[in-house]
Amino acid sequence: MHQYAVETQSLTRVFTPKKREGEPVNALNSVDLKIETGELFGLLGPNGAGKTTLLKILCTLLLPTSGKAFVAGLDVENQYEDIRTKINMVSGGEMSGYGLLTVRENLWMFSQFYGIKSKVAKDKIDRLLETFGMTDKSKAKLRTLSTGQRQKMNVIRGFVTDPEIIFLDEPTLGLDVNASRIIRTFILDWLKDNPDKTVVLTTHYMAEADELCDRIAIIDQGGILACDTPERLKKTVRMNTMLSMDVTLLKNREVFQGLNGVGNVSFVDDSERNQTHVKFVVQDDSCVSDIVSGVLDQGSKIISLQKTEPTLEDVFIKMVGKGFE
Amino acid sequence: MAIMHDLRTLKNAAWLGWQMEANWTDPFLFATYSIVKPISATLILVFMYMVVTGGQTNSAFFSYMYVGNALYMYVAEVLFGVTWVIHDDREHYMTLKQVYIAPIKFPAYILGRSAIKIAITSAGVFVTLLFGVIVLGVGIDIGAVDWPLFAASMLLGMSCICVLGLALGGVTFLTAKHSIGINEGVAGVFYVLSGVIFPITALPGWAQSISKVLPITYWMDSMRRALMPETMSEMNSLSGLDVTGLGTFDNLFIMAFLALSAAIFFMISLGVFRYADNVARKQGKIDWTTAY
Repeated sequence: MHQYAVETQSLTRVFTPKKREGEPVNALNSVDLKIETGELFGLLGPNGAGKTTLLKILCTLLLPTSGKAFVAGLDVENQYEDIRTKINMVSGGEMSGYGLLTVRENLWMFSQFYGIKSKVAKDKIDRLLETFGMTDKSKAKLRTLSTGQRQKMNVIRGFVTDPEIIFLDEPTLGLDVNASRIIRTFILDWLKDNPDKTVVLTTHYMAEADELCDRIAIIDQGGILACDTPERLKKTVRMNTMLSMDVTLLKNREVFQGLNGVGNVSFVDDSERNQTHVKFVVQDDSCVSDIVSGVLDQGSKIISLQKTEPTLEDVFIKMVGKGFE
Repeated sequence: MAIMHDLRTLKNAAWLGWQMEANWTDPFLFATYSIVKPISATLILVFMYMVVTGGQTNSAFFSYMYVGNALYMYVAEVLFGVTWVIHDDREHYMTLKQVYIAPIKFPAYILGRSAIKIAITSAGVFVTLLFGVIVLGVGIDIGAVDWPLFAASMLLGMSCICVLGLALGGVTFLTAKHSIGINEGVAGVFYVLSGVIFPITALPGWAQSISKVLPITYWMDSMRRALMPETMSEMNSLSGLDVTGLGTFDNLFIMAFLALSAAIFFMISLGVFRYADNVARKQGKIDWTTAY
C-alpha cells in the first residue's frame, strides 16, 4: 500500500469551551489530505482557518476529536512515540528558547534529545549558523537576540535534527524581507538536497506559498476548499489574461480588431512621448504572437509588454467570496 | 538502547536544570545564596522554638524538629521544582511543546530536571545540618551515623519524592498557574502529616491513620534513625511512650514499608501522569499559555 508522508481521513477537531464561555468551535471539519514524500506542501488560509490546529495534531501535540491522521504511515493517536523520531516543528512569531543559554547551547541541547552524537550535532549547528548568517551570534545568550535572530535560531533547531518530515507553522511571520528570504531559500535548498524529506508549511502569505510550494491546500473555517499545484489552482479562476503594451504611436489600430479571443481593447495616446498605451484581454496566450506581428508589421516598436496573471488571492476570493483580511 | 537514550535524556535534562538554576548569576553569589537561603529558612523555625522553650536547643525533640525541617527541603524543593519546570517551560520559555514532541520519555526529562534540584537541595540540607550540629548542638554524631540505612533511605526517599513530583507534573499539564498553589498544598499536607517538625502522635487519631500510609512519614523516620540513632532511641524511650508513633517498628519494617509505599506511589504517579498527559493532549493544553 502506498505510504504518504501525511494522510488525514475525515479529520475533525472541535474545541469545547467550558460552560458559559461560548459555543464549541469546529477548528477542523472532516479534513482529507494526502501529502507525498518529497513534497513542499502548503496550507494557505487566513488567521483562525485551522492551519495550526492541523499541524498540532500532526505533530502529536493535540488529539483529533474524530477521524484519523497518519504521519509517515503512523497513527497520531497511538503511535505518537514513533512519529516523534521522524518529525520536528518550528512555529513562527514565538520567542521560544532558554534565554540564559547561548544560541549554540540551545541548539545543542535540543539535538541531544534526538539522539544525535554531540560532535556531529556541534558540526552541524556550526554549518547551519553559517548558512543563516548567525555565526557571530553562536555564543550570544538567547535573551540578547532580536526577534528575527531568534526565529532563525528556531528554524535551525527544527532542521538540525534532520527530520523526515518538518512542520513549519508560519516560519516567516513578522520577519523582515531579508530574514524571510534567507529562510525561504534555505527551505528550498534543503528539500533540493534531501528529496526524500517532506516539508509541510502553513502561511497566510500568498506570495510565499506561491513561491515555495509544490502543492497548496486552501483552508478556511476548518475545511479544505481546494488542493492542487499553485498553477492549477490559479487556472481554476479562469480569468482571461490581461495584457498591457506600450508601443510607438500606432497608425493602424485594426490589428487588435477581428482577432478571435481578443477583447476589451483600450488605447491611450501619449503624444509627448510619442507612445500609445494599449490594454487588452485575451482568452488564449496564442493570440499574443498575432498581435505582436501586426504591430511590428506597421513599423511600430514595442517598448514593453506585460501580462497580468491571476494570483492565489484571486483563487481564495473566488472560493471564499472575500480576501484574507 | 532505549535505556541508554533515557539516561542520556536524564543527563541532558539535568544539564539544562543546572544551567537554569545556577546560570543566572556569578558562582560566588550563587554559592552564597545556596548557603544563606536554607539557613535563613531554618532559623525562623529555630527562633520560634527557642521563644517557646525559653532558649533550649539541647533536647532530643529539638534535634528531631531541626533534622526533620532540614530534610523537608527535599520534599518542598522537588515538588515545587517539578511543577515549576512544566509551568516555566510552557508559559515562560515556550519550549515545552518542543521538548514534548522530541523523541524522549517525558518522565525522564522531568526526573533529570528534578535530579539537579535534589543535588542543589542536598548542598542546602548539608549546610543546614552542619550549622545545626556546630552552632545549635543538634544531636548528629558522625561516628554513630548508620550509613547503610542512610544510603538506602535516601535512595528510596528520593525515588518516592521524584515520583510524587511526576504525578504533580501531570496535574500541572492540566492547570494554569494554579499548579504552584497545588504543589504548595500537597507539600503542606506532607509537612503537617509526615512528622516533619512534630511527631505524628501529636495529631488526632484519624490524621495519624493518614500519616501512617504516607511514604514521607517513613522516610523522615528512617533518615532520623540513620543520622541520629541515639537521639531517636531517647525520643522513643521518653516516659516509656511511643513518642514518634513509629517507635515500635524496627528499621527493617520501616524500610520495607518505605519501599512498598514508594512502589505503590510510583504506580499511582505514573498512572496519574499518563492520564493527565492524555487529557492534556485531548484538551490542547500542552502549549497552553495563561500567565505571561
